[in-house]
Amino acid sequence: MPRLLFEKDGESIYISHLDLMRVFQRAFRRAGLLLRHSQGFNPRAIVSIALPLSLGASSCCELLDFDLEGEGTVTPERINPYLPAGVRVREIYERGRKLKELTHLLVSLTMEYDHGAPEADAVSALFSRETLVVEKQSKKGATQVNLLPMVKSIAVMRPDAEHLVIQAVVAAQNPSLNPMLLAQAVEEHLGKADFSSFRRLEIFDEQGNIFR
Amino acid sequence: MTDQLHRILPTVQKPARYVGGEYGQILKDPAAVDLRVAFCFPDTYEIGMSNIGMRILYGVMNQMDGVWCERVFAPWGDMEEAMVRHQIPLYALESRQPVKDFDLVAFTIGYEMSYTNVLNMLRLAGIPLRSQDRPGLQGLVFAGGVCTVNPEPLADFIDFFSIGEGEEITPEILRLYRRAKREGWEKAQFLREVSKLSGIYVPSLYRHNYGDDGQLTAIEPLDGAPSKVKKRVVRDLDKAYYPTETLVPSTEIVHDRTNLEVFRGCIRGCRFCQAGFCYRPVRNRSAETLYRQAIESLEASGNHEITLSSLSTSDYPQLPQLADGLLDYCEARRINLSLPSLRADNFSQELMRKVQRVRKSNLTFAPEAGSQRLRDAINKNVTEDEILTTCATAFSGGWNNVKLYFMLGLPTETDEDVLAIADLVGKIIHTWREHATSKKRGLSINLATAFFVPKPFTPFQWEAQITPQEYMRRVRLLQENLKSRAVDYRYHGAELSFLEAVLARGDRRLGRVLQYAVEHGARLDSWDEYFRFDIWQAAFEACGVDPTAYAQRAFGREEVLPWDTIDVGISKPFFWRERERAYESQTTPDCRTACGGCGADRLEGGVRCDAKAAL
Repeated sequence: MPRLLFEKDGESIYISHLDLMRVFQRAFRRAGLLLRHSQGFNPRAIVSIALPLSLGASSCCELLDFDLEGEGTVTPERINPYLPAGVRVREIYERGRKLKELTHLLVSLTMEYDHGAPEADAVSALFSRETLVVEKQSKKGATQVNLLPMVKSIAVMRPDAEHLVIQAVVAAQNPSLNPMLLAQAVEEHLGKADFSSFRRLEIFDEQGNIFR
Repeated sequence: MTDQLHRILPTVQKPARYVGGEYGQILKDPAAVDLRVAFCFPDTYEIGMSNIGMRILYGVMNQMDGVWCERVFAPWGDMEEAMVRHQIPLYALESRQPVKDFDLVAFTIGYEMSYTNVLNMLRLAGIPLRSQDRPGLQGLVFAGGVCTVNPEPLADFIDFFSIGEGEEITPEILRLYRRAKREGWEKAQFLREVSKLSGIYVPSLYRHNYGDDGQLTAIEPLDGAPSKVKKRVVRDLDKAYYPTETLVPSTEIVHDRTNLEVFRGCIRGCRFCQAGFCYRPVRNRSAETLYRQAIESLEASGNHEITLSSLSTSDYPQLPQLADGLLDYCEARRINLSLPSLRADNFSQELMRKVQRVRKSNLTFAPEAGSQRLRDAINKNVTEDEILTTCATAFSGGWNNVKLYFMLGLPTETDEDVLAIADLVGKIIHTWREHATSKKRGLSINLATAFFVPKPFTPFQWEAQITPQEYMRRVRLLQENLKSRAVDYRYHGAELSFLEAVLARGDRRLGRVLQYAVEHGARLDSWDEYFRFDIWQAAFEACGVDPTAYAQRAFGREEVLPWDTIDVGISKPFFWRERERAYESQTTPDCRTACGGCGADRLEGGVRCDAKAAL
């Protein structure tokens, strides 16, 4: 059963998780490939994308598992012409490892301060604390979360006076850390940014090996 | 630094609507084109991208060398608010350039309740609302679409209207504009020249005179403008452009499927239906053309659903052959074929069995009126027997859901007719009890009533609408007589339909009202979240316009009607004759049984009417 590694960039970062599955379902058909369908009253093409990416975030390491009806091999070159701007398949391979073994993500968070970003040292100090608690808004209401147990490693850079770049390896599942919470922690302690966004750079297993 | 637009996008609902970049969008080199068109749909992306007319004309315009046509939609309230706050003017999706910089701004208008969106989009673009405040040739605003058969409420704002089908006239307009641009014409000269094209209405070239009682007394063409503007139609749909390679949205839209238009026009002649008359004459696409277009569209889009659309798909003469051919293709590829607007009277068990091979679709009826007498009066030639027989067939075929659509406030309607709706629902429930094969899940009937709106270019164009209070009384009367829990009853809002009636039969004196309403926050009126009747009430009051004079007044036979300049090809005496037959509860046979002589086959110097050809 094949797995597909793709990147999501440019304007495609605004395509939601559910919509992105529809985008791929159609792209396969446009490429003349029929996906296996679910049984039942309302059959659906089976595709599943690991670890939903939040709207507005980019990534170069998204995974999509699929299954074709009938035989045939698929290559990135076959699918790529049929995808919308910004979505590009990097590799397609026979999938091996179970998705639950994907435990960590390397993310790069960029915070924009139009009137001067906090010093990198101050930000590093924040993440060196014993605990770093932020209030997380969810459907069930607000909860207090300590971020640090979900951060495996972190590096803070201030490439220029207006930008803060935080690269961190964070927990991907059970529980996962939304990288925007790191931005929220910085904002709560060191001042509000004018804009923040993040990009997924790599995915890892428990041992720190790249996951594919 | 991330630009302001990209800073706000993650904060608004469904941002994919505002960025373009979809598969199949058309990008051109701005340096290599000399004519830029901002094609605006006055509603949200999800509605606009579902519109077949917009897709056709997007293709038609972009097929022209040197022309780049881009899409613009109305932003949802949160996006509008963010754009205004950050001073981002309305932009086109493909190039992201401001609408105000385009050569031409085009609107396609399908329903009255989007008029405020037209004005609001101009406002968000930073374009002066009134035609007279836009002196230059650049940025001309024109509009088409079925709703513009009465262009008058928008006369102050739109420079010219394209009446009828746009496939052929749109390139003619663009070619003339290109010449005007090259030769440096003034706006006035362009408007005079464009008014000479068949199908073009330039409102500023007509003076409307009113009598002391406020009624329209005469329409005076100026500067040599034609006294009648005839709608344009495509003679041969098989030869007309059809977009098989089309844009595929990356986000879910309302009609998220391939939409294949099987024919234009309608043979039925329901007396309330504007589309039924305005799209005449009936012109079919051949089954061969349709089959080819269906497969091309499915393969190019990757859609897993296709619908055969028209005003009454079961009237397509070659439907069985077409459906058979398509089903074989679709079934092998797990594509769902759906057939909307099937009529109860010829809905066959065979067809139903066929379409449910892939996926079971809904069972929908629109009897429009509860009693046979009233159905005869509106010329909705479907009998109770046919409805119940079809239901029996469907229920024994495993269906347990029925959608039913009716209207309240139709001309000649009495309480008896309203109660007949409840009666018919009762009989459908009884039929289900007798015929249902699986009763485990129970029966569910979705019943909806609309508030009748008299529309121009229908036999009911002279009728008064009943008052919102009277409509609500009839709603309650029906509600009280629906006893079964299987029925989920919904009804259209009284205030919205009242306004729709005002705008549908309005004249150019409503321009000020529209402008006031938009400047005071009216927009997205067809969305419950945004519709605010109080703004409209204030607007009518501030402008000294009595809305009931438009909605609740019966227009006289000899009266000059605001839309009299427009000729949709159907004669006024024909409409009046149909109106009289309505009052006698006399039906008129469908066009395939007998030609009613409406006149539509005389358009374009003579068009073959496919309904007549079958006689």
